[in-house]
Amino acid sequence: MSNILNEIKTLIWKEVTLEWRQKYALSGMLLYVVSTVFVCYLSFNLRRNQLTPIVWNTLFWIILLFTAVNAIAKSFSQERHGRLLYYYNLCSPQAIIISKIIYNSFIMLLLSGFGFVFYTFVMGNAVQDMGLFIICIVLAAIGFASVLTLVAGIASKADNSATLMAVLSFPIILPMLLMTIKLSKNALDGLDWSVSTDEITTLLSIDLIVITLSILLFPYLWRS
Amino acid sequence: MRKIWWKILCIVIIFYVIVMGIMGPVPHLAIINESIRNTYFHVALWLAMTLLLFTSMVFSIRYLNKGNINDDDIASELAKSAIFFGILGCLTGSVWANYTWGDPWPNDPKLNGAAVGILIYLAYLLLRSSFEDEQRKARISSVYNIFAFAVFIPIIYILPRLTDSLHPGSGGNSTFGSYDFDNNIRKVFYPAIIGYILLGLWLAELRIRIKRINRIREEAIITADKV
Repeated sequence: MSNILNEIKTLIWKEVTLEWRQKYALSGMLLYVVSTVFVCYLSFNLRRNQLTPIVWNTLFWIILLFTAVNAIAKSFSQERHGRLLYYYNLCSPQAIIISKIIYNSFIMLLLSGFGFVFYTFVMGNAVQDMGLFIICIVLAAIGFASVLTLVAGIASKADNSATLMAVLSFPIILPMLLMTIKLSKNALDGLDWSVSTDEITTLLSIDLIVITLSILLFPYLWRS
Repeated sequence: MRKIWWKILCIVIIFYVIVMGIMGPVPHLAIINESIRNTYFHVALWLAMTLLLFTSMVFSIRYLNKGNINDDDIASELAKSAIFFGILGCLTGSVWANYTWGDPWPNDPKLNGAAVGILIYLAYLLLRSSFEDEQRKARISSVYNIFAFAVFIPIIYILPRLTDSLHPGSGGNSTFGSYDFDNNIRKVFYPAIIGYILLGLWLAELRIRIKRINRIREEAIITADKV
């Protein structure tokens, strides 16, 4: 057990150093969020008063969804074939998938936190219950990261991985996205927390199902 | 001519369902009226589809455990016939919705879930078609198939129950079985499910046989080339 934990720690550390060494990937994603938000801001510029909370909310989550797909798509394809073979010999597949999920969740938290700050900066803040909204962002970041990590693993094995990534992940991520939008709508309206417990537990259970499935299924994917 | 009895059974059941479904006695309910006969087609098709998808997932798990390519063939063909049933289920449901709810595609969570579910499985077919190597295709699409089924069930059966839906069994509506399922309906409904499952298996079996024959032919051509 401590063996796997050690492997996970080393692998996460490796991901962080790798990211730090080639800064263009992360800064590219940050720039992606900023420019998408800015495009949305300019498009709505003429009709600022029509930006109701529902539109605000939906727009924010759609921006995050596309950011997530783009950010995580590279998590397997960026590494060269020889290096993957090297990991294959060194560590257990569970350690690899867990470390990737943790690392991607971390990246997603960073991106969505940054995106949220910039989004409220230009589009105005419509959130009344900030605590609930932050919980919502955290749950969504972990959920998106875990679904997309496995799908990225699947898509990276195929040739046209960019199309495949979108086609495979959008329908699967949809229930999660809908739950998140509902939960964050409650946060926007400043409803009492007892109203949202249903959504929080559903999101948590979807996250759990997806993570367990990824851990169970990844070894088979890894072998090929 | 081996094991032909279940095909005959399938034809007999489906004829029975069609005849009894259109002519048999049904309870008279407000709004639904005679359209309750659609239960034999719409509801039974969806149940048969779910069972076929479940079997497909079981064969995917078997493939991952044992590595026999035949299991993957079975899984993929079962999924294909399930998609066929899913599309039929959508069409019959939309006819039903048109006459009882007044709109062929009301904005209902269960309907949208069904559409997403079909998208997931169409993506499965796309994933299958994007590999050349057979073993690799089989392994990766099996992984996706298991994952897809685990997401499919919440989309269709769990999430709509949490929100308001026009369908029975969700948003405070009671389920079908509880009050208006009399014995006349049961006599046709349960055979209908069995009949559709047999039909789905038959469709899948034919395609699996074609696939196997093609594989043997290709291997024969390759060995002939080598000689």
